[in-house]
Amino acid sequence: MAARTLYDKLVDTHVVRNLDDSGLVLLYVDRTVLNEYTSPQAFAGLRAAGRKVWNPKAALMVVDHVNPTAAQRTRAMPDRGAARQVDYFAENARDFGIEYFDILDPRQGIEHVVAPEQGLVMPGMVIAAGDSHSTAYGAFGALGYGIGTSDIEHYLATSTVRYRRLKTMRIHLTGEAPLGVTPKDIVMEVIRRIGADGATGYAVEFSGPVVSNMSVEGRIVISIMIVEAGARGVVIAPDQKVLDYLKGRPRAPKGEMWEQAARSWLILASDPDARFDREIALEVSEVAPLVTWGTSPDQAIAVTETIPDPGQQAAPEREAAARRALDYMGLTPGLPIQSVPIDFAFIGSCTNARIEDLRDAAEIFRGRRVADGVRAIVVPGSTQVRAQAEAEGLAKMFTEAGVEWRQSGCSMCLAMNDDVLKPGQRCASSTNRNFEGRQGPGARTHLMSPAMVAAAAVTGRITDVRSLLAGARQ
Amino acid sequence: MIPFGQVTGVAAPMMAPNVDTDVIMPKMFLKGVDRSGLGEGAFNLLRFSGGKPNADFILNREGYRDANFLVVGPNFGCGSSREHAVWGLQQLGIRALIGTSFAGIFNDNCANNGLLTISLDADVVAELARVVADSSRNDVTIDLAAQSVRFDRGRRSIGFDIEPDRKEAFLTGRDFIASTLVFADDIRAFEARHRAENPWIV
Repeated sequence: MAARTLYDKLVDTHVVRNLDDSGLVLLYVDRTVLNEYTSPQAFAGLRAAGRKVWNPKAALMVVDHVNPTAAQRTRAMPDRGAARQVDYFAENARDFGIEYFDILDPRQGIEHVVAPEQGLVMPGMVIAAGDSHSTAYGAFGALGYGIGTSDIEHYLATSTVRYRRLKTMRIHLTGEAPLGVTPKDIVMEVIRRIGADGATGYAVEFSGPVVSNMSVEGRIVISIMIVEAGARGVVIAPDQKVLDYLKGRPRAPKGEMWEQAARSWLILASDPDARFDREIALEVSEVAPLVTWGTSPDQAIAVTETIPDPGQQAAPEREAAARRALDYMGLTPGLPIQSVPIDFAFIGSCTNARIEDLRDAAEIFRGRRVADGVRAIVVPGSTQVRAQAEAEGLAKMFTEAGVEWRQSGCSMCLAMNDDVLKPGQRCASSTNRNFEGRQGPGARTHLMSPAMVAAAAVTGRITDVRSLLAGARQ
Repeated sequence: MIPFGQVTGVAAPMMAPNVDTDVIMPKMFLKGVDRSGLGEGAFNLLRFSGGKPNADFILNREGYRDANFLVVGPNFGCGSSREHAVWGLQQLGIRALIGTSFAGIFNDNCANNGLLTISLDADVVAELARVVADSSRNDVTIDLAAQSVRFDRGRRSIGFDIEPDRKEAFLTGRDFIASTLVFADDIRAFEARHRAENPWIV
């Protein structure tokens, strides 16, 4: 058989049947996670057609997008729309027999944090879910990707989706990341190089020594964020680190079954001579901490740089977009990005609210104070991450620095709850979208790593985190 | 899904790159459990400011208020998976989008709802956008059966590609779930084999 990529192998092992001669297949999907805002119309569709869920055990329902993150948590939802969505969500869980983590469940959290935490994401699986950041699951050697509500309904009714094979792209990462440069910075560097549509139509495999050396959590960060370059699926070959992460998790196999699973997982990889439709290589030793200046995730610069001149964009539409972005962001070309003051600092989201992210941020907050006039909040990715951060003493470092320590949820990543910026407010954010209006109408978002957000919070302006790191302080 | 045959109407140029689903359907309109009210939400922060129509926005301008098609820039529909963006465009009266590339989830969402997306070369899209920017020449006819876009008062016609299966679905307005359930036995057989090979998957 011809050499195949890991992506091809995962698709091949999940094809129920071909639907035509041009590569359209009926693809079996092993698992989904549902949230309260992209699922209601799917359940309504099932109800209207009198259909059942094919395999209720393969789904998990978690409230994460609309819930408040106030320190004292109750089941009450602040607005009527959110309350209705959560009520309907619970009703659907009950009526269709799907497991449900409600807001007070100790396993609650952002779906992409919770599913791995519970051991629900295993190598070799195909996982599709109603959230674009479902590429997260690629970090485990599963094929993860996002779907819309119609496809959720199709999945629930059939355990399959109609699927057309993607082109394949390999992003090979070599070298050694300098001090202060995180997986977030590496993936932001890839995105600014290939553009916000650079991976549109592709499934991406990350490879190389940087990936091998990266923690599973770091791999989740790059798998999630590369969707901002348009990637429609991510895979990373599983290794011992993935096994170590999974072993002992609530839903991971145990005993002899674990041994059998582990053997089959460790051989999952692209064949050495597999060909990819596109290859990208990045040497990470020259990557610096990155910050976005515009309203698309590819509009980013190193923290040491100045705001670029839109006139240097090649295409007229790109130039117009850059001018519009600068106008929206209230910035001018030539301005050092480090001179830009912030009003708000947000550490949270499926991209960067795992325990490692909170440790990175706490390291910067330790012994410092949030600058006057800045409001900073930390929203852990799950209730379990929150408990761990408290046990490790991180929460105390946050609160002593004047940072608000919150309950878990998506919160200010898309601001569907009551954590919303006011028009014109400028936020240093560990999220992965800086779109117009994303964090509130007129809100200005600068994407960066959690440690960079912490650095901005304590100085009151966008700051090179390297100047605050212990090793750099002479 | 809504069937699509031949549709004639007005096309509005909207050539900015990377128009994301947050812009197409802002979060304030996502608190429903059905599809109602999304026409108001579509491009809401661009269409209105301070409760009044924003005169600069293309869909508020004379000749484009009842547009049926959008001629769009690259990577239209990037970002969040929210299908509300597609439902809102449809409720606004949009039947097709013509551009160079569409973001993946958004493109599938369009296909699942009968909102036609047509991908053409960049120079062709730019030419079409130039022509329809003249509001006296912004009539366009999309004939799916013939796979053609006629514009400039019928003087010009360009062909487009579409996968046969997708074309068939658009023409008939097919229920994809019903078509898949025809293969229920195949799914069950697959499932039995797959679970035997991977017994840790429930």
